[in-house]
Amino acid sequence: MALLEIRNVTRRFGPLTAVDDVSLAVEAGEFFTLLGPSGCGKTTLLRMIAGFDLPDAGEILLEGADMADTPPEKRPIHTVFQSYALFPHMTVAQNIAFPLRMAGNAPEQISAKVRDALALVHLEAKGQQYPHELSGGQKQRVALARSLVSRPRVLLLDEPLGALDAKLREEMQIELIDMQREVGITFVFVTHSQNEALALSSRIAVMNAGRVEQLDEPSRLYGFPRNRFVADFIGKINLFNGEIVAVDGERVRLRVAGLGEIEARGAAGLRPGTPATLALRPEQVRLAAIGAALDLPNRHPGKVRDFLYIGDVTTYVIDLQNGQRMQALLPNSSPGRAKFFEVGDAVTAAWPAEAGVVLTE
Amino acid sequence: MNYNWHWKVLLEMEPGGTGTYLHYLLVGLLWTLATALAAWVIALAIGAAVGTLRTTPLKWAVRLGNLYVEIFRNIPLIVQMFLWFFVMPELVPQGLGDWIKQMPPPWGSYVPAVLCLGIFTSVRVAEQVRAGIQSLPRGQRLAGIAMGLTEAQTYNYVILPQSFRIILPPLTSEFMNIIKNSSVALTIGLLELTGRARAMQEFSFRVFEAFTAATVIYLLTNLAVVLLMRAVEKKVRVPGLIAAAATPQAGH
Ligand SMILES: Nc1ncnc2c1ncn2[C@@H]1O[C@H](COP(=O)(O)OP(=O)(O)OP(=O)(O)O)[C@@H](O)[C@H]1O
Ligand SMILES: [Mg+2]
Repeated sequence: MALLEIRNVTRRFGPLTAVDDVSLAVEAGEFFTLLGPSGCGKTTLLRMIAGFDLPDAGEILLEGADMADTPPEKRPIHTVFQSYALFPHMTVAQNIAFPLRMAGNAPEQISAKVRDALALVHLEAKGQQYPHELSGGQKQRVALARSLVSRPRVLLLDEPLGALDAKLREEMQIELIDMQREVGITFVFVTHSQNEALALSSRIAVMNAGRVEQLDEPSRLYGFPRNRFVADFIGKINLFNGEIVAVDGERVRLRVAGLGEIEARGAAGLRPGTPATLALRPEQVRLAAIGAALDLPNRHPGKVRDFLYIGDVTTYVIDLQNGQRMQALLPNSSPGRAKFFEVGDAVTAAWPAEAGVVLTE
Repeated sequence: MNYNWHWKVLLEMEPGGTGTYLHYLLVGLLWTLATALAAWVIALAIGAAVGTLRTTPLKWAVRLGNLYVEIFRNIPLIVQMFLWFFVMPELVPQGLGDWIKQMPPPWGSYVPAVLCLGIFTSVRVAEQVRAGIQSLPRGQRLAGIAMGLTEAQTYNYVILPQSFRIILPPLTSEFMNIIKNSSVALTIGLLELTGRARAMQEFSFRVFEAFTAATVIYLLTNLAVVLLMRAVEKKVRVPGLIAAAATPQAGH
């Protein structure tokens, strides 16, 4: 049985359906992420799991028991807020001890647990300081320690790293993974950053306009997006809109206006005559000077419009003959070599038939 | 101004024979303080309760609180004083009313004065408490509930300790107001400091000396209150909290 189960949950605000018939199950010990653009209903769903808000329809079950009549303070579920919500009139140690004190633990037990919690978040030396004396990252750690100290079954984290700068964010991501493994508590994590989601999660539910578009492991989401929205939202991608002209077992052929036919891997449910989109990751595209021999079925001439040197890789923007723009990502594996092509160079963009996914939704 | 100051009057005996005029005024100060302190206890207790209720999700409590505040805020203090002194004993059951009316002086004026000032000030305290609570980030309350606290525990340990620290300075001025406002009690016959200054002027015909002395005593008293409250503020202050509270926290 799943630890946490959401069954057909809907939440409306007036004419707006913020969460629309969402069903999903979170297993014990998972690092589960809700990912989606701003306003897609992530926080609303999280608030209903915490009990701060109730669904208009559907059920939320914890270990098989319906939570509808359980008020938030009775749920073995804690929340870490983006604003940290530390108590400014208490020291760091008092903040962490607070939930234990309120639960009536013995003082010796409390101080042992607080010590462990401070060690877990590497803040052993800060116990006697007040929250406003800490940096953003340190505050976030205290907030984590405070929510973990009383061992909830599920920890909800609503964009907990949103207020941190990029470098600190990365550091905290690694710590979050370590911490979650160490304590073994199930995390339900909310973010609108796909990088963060891919880096942290065991599974991700991609949400859009109140619905779950796809629920999968990070590598499957990236490699096998189910529809255009997911393909576009997760990572960079080139989308070629066309029509299926032939289906031949493993292979399909797609006609794209101005480019001719593209050969791609087949999938169940593809029929000739239906519109479809090829979604192709930039790192799956090869570039070669015009005329160079390329043993790939899909070859399209174009012109380098722009490039972005990022250090280990360079992203090239190519204008194809039909006016469509596409991106190709090339590794700069030989040292000192910043780029292969210049702006204006005529190139061939090519990719194998196995690359990319054909989408019909 | 051509006035012959005669400060020695303060050392002359007052006609009642209880001691000098200075002693007479200082006893007045004691009544002022006794009235103000007792009223302050009432104001704080009711004000904290009403102010807190008005921030809860309980709709009826919020409405009741608003009604209370509107009633006692919009009637002038002196009118309220008369209502408590003349009208209240007629409204309560007759036995209790008679007992109130027969209370020996000064209690017959002291009790209504304390009730009146306490309730009048409780409205202002309630407003401060409400504003203090509402100035806290919403996450504070949710954080308490998220970690398993009841609503009452959240108020007790998280919301109120922070709010009271924030509103300590305005509460100090409310306390100073209550000391000043207690002079209105002279209208119902309580011989507190102002009442006694007026009596002294009537007995001795020394109006300037009487009221200058009263003024100085009021000033010194308020100075003492300010110093005391400053010590309290220092004691309960979280290092740097006020400065930190001024920079808005990220919220949802
Ligand atoms: N209490 C409310 N009353 C009315 N509308 C609401 C309420 N709470 C949320 N909404 C609306 O519901 C939608 C989903 O909001 P929600 O906060 O869940 O989005 P989100 O996915 O968390 O977005 P973000 O990434 O910006 O935090 C939004 O359009 C929002 O305006
Ligand atoms: Mg949100």
